[in-house]
Amino acid sequence: MSLQHTPLYEAHIASGAKMVDFGGWEMPLNYGSQIEEHHAVRKDAGMFDVSHMCAVDVDGIRPKSFLKRLIANNVDKLTQPGKALYSAMLNNSGGVIDDLIVYWRGGDSYRVVINASTATKDLAHMNRIAEAYDADITPKKDVAMIAVQGPNAREKVFKARPEWRAAGEPLGVFFGAAVDDKGEVFLARTGYTGEDGFEITLPAAQAVKLWSDLKEAGVRECGLGARDTLRLEAGMNLYGNEMNETVSPLDAGMGWTVDMKAEREFIGRDALENKGQSWNFVGLKLLDKGVMRSHMKVHTAAGEGETTSGSFSPTLGVSIALARVPMDVKAGDEVEVEIRDKRVKALVTKPSFVRHGKALV
Amino acid sequence: MNFPADLKYTDSHEWVRQEADGTLTVGISDAAQDMLGDLVFCGDAKVGETLTKGDTACVVESVKAASDVYIPVDGEITAFNGDLDANPEKINSDPYGNWIFKVKPAAGATLDGLMDAASYEASVKAA
Repeated sequence: MSLQHTPLYEAHIASGAKMVDFGGWEMPLNYGSQIEEHHAVRKDAGMFDVSHMCAVDVDGIRPKSFLKRLIANNVDKLTQPGKALYSAMLNNSGGVIDDLIVYWRGGDSYRVVINASTATKDLAHMNRIAEAYDADITPKKDVAMIAVQGPNAREKVFKARPEWRAAGEPLGVFFGAAVDDKGEVFLARTGYTGEDGFEITLPAAQAVKLWSDLKEAGVRECGLGARDTLRLEAGMNLYGNEMNETVSPLDAGMGWTVDMKAEREFIGRDALENKGQSWNFVGLKLLDKGVMRSHMKVHTAAGEGETTSGSFSPTLGVSIALARVPMDVKAGDEVEVEIRDKRVKALVTKPSFVRHGKALV
Repeated sequence: MNFPADLKYTDSHEWVRQEADGTLTVGISDAAQDMLGDLVFCGDAKVGETLTKGDTACVVESVKAASDVYIPVDGEITAFNGDLDANPEKINSDPYGNWIFKVKPAAGATLDGLMDAASYEASVKAA
């Protein structure tokens, strides 16, 4: 099967990006040095083509009831138009089908953003559930998504598009709004880096011009390599690594995205209540040389665990990882990670290493 | 991409320079550092060990992946470039100016199995 291309594909090639296959999409890995791209986001502003992600409009007759059944968090929390909520949709055994962000666009109109690699199965699942609620599921075609992230990201977006300032500047964290006259450009104060910034959804035809204007405004192009080290430092989950259809959100540090307070029959609830939490989800900071990767054994006083993601942290200058460990293991404990054929000491931390440019561990 | 003509190359992307005293100086090629991306670790060198051609002599790790660096002929690892311990990224900026380890070849070991620059360049471009 040939790889899919986003509207920005030619722009990436022209900038000399190293391209890789990511879930069936040919995407930029880096434009030279992924570490420099990483630092640009922590210290200034960087941008990512995330057009491979799938925006899905949810409306129709009872979209809210549908979403209350579909996802583990409660959309009742969306009390103001434009508000966003992070959560997961689960299967009947409580495993994660995908993680997602849902925006309330006012009235009976919602938008859900799902992952690229899972989009096909997600949409099939959503359509199956939607029938009972007469909800309409419409994946957006011909749109591009650009994430602009970093302490200077918002200012640089307004420098490139001064006309978006009026509607964009008042947006609080985890809020989104249409910022153009036609309502085609959606600016959301969300991201996947632990820095401030916007995720911009816009018509595909406007993407190349915006990308070059942002570049002109001093925003650095960043690839998937930097995106991964940034999200790892921020302690954000990657679908397929931290969770999948056999992993409970409670074992992946996503307990805060599961709302069991209200009496609400969301899919997977029974399984979560029966099983409870089996693993503690933590961060690891390596105390010696080497680089942790995913699926490495973690030896603890309470038994074995496993890393789910690992890499080198450009901000901290050491290797960090996310891991599932026995419930008795706590932040501050020392453990050993099996890196190739060696055991290397690591410190257990909270699963969040860097926020707003500052080290937390 | 740079392929200096005075060096020999392996199909696992090491470069090899034969010194006047018969010892070998080994590093990784420009193509190798480009494939790996930003290097963040270089070490675990088996200094003092006698190895067989193709055995792991040390490890380089980038943000993306770990990769073994292999001894290009039978011989003993006599030295590791300790400068790379703290500054592995020097390999990215100058892969041929920053050697990784030195080898004293075993008696009778030859460089016959290695590629010259032209064949190596052709093999990289064909990949």
